Amino acid sequence: MPFALETRKLCKSFGALTVADAIDFRLEPGARHALIGPNGAGKTTFVNMLTGRLAPSSGAIFLNGEEITTLGQAARVKRGVGRTFQINTLFRELPVLDNVALAVAERCGLATRLWRPAGTHKEVIDEAGALLAQLGLQPDALRRVADLPYGKQRLVEIAIALGMKPRVLLLDEPAAGVPSHESTRIVEVLQALPAQIAILIIEHDMDLVRRFARRITVLAAGAVLTEGTPEEVMRDQRVRDVYLGELHA
Amino acid sequence: MIAHAGGYTVDARLRWQEALPWIAALAAFFLLPEYLALGARILVYILFALSLDLILGYAGIITLGHSAFFGLGAYVAGILGAKAGVTDPFLQLAAAGGAAALLGVATGAVILRTRALTLLMLTLAITSIVLEIANSASSLTGGADGLSGVVVAPILGVFKFDLFGRTAFLYCLAVLLVAWYAVRRVIYSPFGAMLTGIRENATRMHAIGAPVYGRLLLVYTLSALLAGIAGALLTQVNQFVGLNVLGFEPSGELLVMLVLGGVGRLYGAFIGPVVYLIVQELLAKEFPEYWFFGIGLLLVAVVLFAPGGILGLADKCLSLLRPGSSARASAR
Repeated sequence: MPFALETRKLCKSFGALTVADAIDFRLEPGARHALIGPNGAGKTTFVNMLTGRLAPSSGAIFLNGEEITTLGQAARVKRGVGRTFQINTLFRELPVLDNVALAVAERCGLATRLWRPAGTHKEVIDEAGALLAQLGLQPDALRRVADLPYGKQRLVEIAIALGMKPRVLLLDEPAAGVPSHESTRIVEVLQALPAQIAILIIEHDMDLVRRFARRITVLAAGAVLTEGTPEEVMRDQRVRDVYLGELHA
Repeated sequence: MIAHAGGYTVDARLRWQEALPWIAALAAFFLLPEYLALGARILVYILFALSLDLILGYAGIITLGHSAFFGLGAYVAGILGAKAGVTDPFLQLAAAGGAAALLGVATGAVILRTRALTLLMLTLAITSIVLEIANSASSLTGGADGLSGVVVAPILGVFKFDLFGRTAFLYCLAVLLVAWYAVRRVIYSPFGAMLTGIRENATRMHAIGAPVYGRLLLVYTLSALLAGIAGALLTQVNQFVGLNVLGFEPSGELLVMLVLGGVGRLYGAFIGPVVYLIVQELLAKEFPEYWFFGIGLLLVAVVLFAPGGILGLADKCLSLLRPGSSARASAR
């Protein structure tokens, strides 16, 4: 069985600055995998290359064994690569339901329908509504996203990603900026995600990583430092040096 | 709520208030027969503003070059009627709309890859180029003298354009009615909701798999088509085309009208031209040298005190009267 997602010797440099240095990475089907590393390790750059937002300088990316290195963002989404953003990237002025419905409509190929009112596309609205219910956002469906507390906006990020029915889901710091008493809810949501989705989570919060991930890859200075189970990685002295050391300094 | 925002949570059915513009137009037809020429001009500009609202208000494409399509439409209809002997009004409209749509897809394919200021400058450049072409090709367009003697056959072979502008007014009203209905459908459709998504957050639209560029190109072409039809209407009503349909001025004027009425609200495109052109008419009569000053003052007042345009102001007033029902009305 091919890997859900695989990169081979993925490189990215901006001039003399190398932000991704020959990254070999594999995501198993149904994985719960975390990508950690200190600030500036190149985590978000890596995710942007996986989604097609950034073109790699060299190397290759495979999705279920199919090479997708040169495909654009839209084509990758169609093949099942979904993502959330570290900084909320939402339709702030639109109702919560519309935020998710836009993703659902896009996936169903309905987004270019020009005539029938959007409000009568019951299949889209029902699916978006079901996703909101799954994440406990149903009561907020008609509220404007900008009016929601930040923690709930983070959940809308996840709801939109689920509206794309991804096979591979990239979560870029899903709990970033959320006070710790609210992040519990996000962790609950993450743990309840369908098992068949392969998930890569980029996260700073080691507590969250320990609870969620079954494998961890550590990125430092654009290169893979090590990979293993949470226990192996936590014991690794190099990881303590570059990452944990920094946190506890 | 007056804003027509589209999307999945709104009711797209016609509301009784939406009959008001049409009732007002018919009332004007019967009560103000001496102003039908101005009325027809207003109807043409409403159609033109509607086409701009589609791309500016809903898709968030900012342009100062929309007159390129309006002017091209005007000249296509003019040349057909004055030089080529194609006098059927609907045939002229179709040709003008088609030509404008072609220009829209050709220029949009290049400029929609850019954003913000670059895009604004490119749109301005395109209408300036079209203006320069119309100016130089004087054997075809009449150059600076304009193109007169545009022949328009009776509508459907029956209704002749009369001296009082009655036919012209009703004809424009009918074309506007069809265009308005089409635009309204588009705004409330999933496509319209998707356009709003691009305006709100293009990064997110990319990330949910929308080919943003292609979608923008589609709506830009659609808007160009409508603008071309509006231009052709103006030619048919005046039976004349001049260079003033092209370049920065009509584009800027149109933008002012739409901002005045309210951007992204559908009926802002109705209110804006009505207010602008009537104020212009009145001021030009009373203070022929200073009428532009009055328009400027009006615009400053709207921008300062009613950033959502006249309709935005009306929305605010209504929501003050009915507290609690304004959750989305205050959104824009």
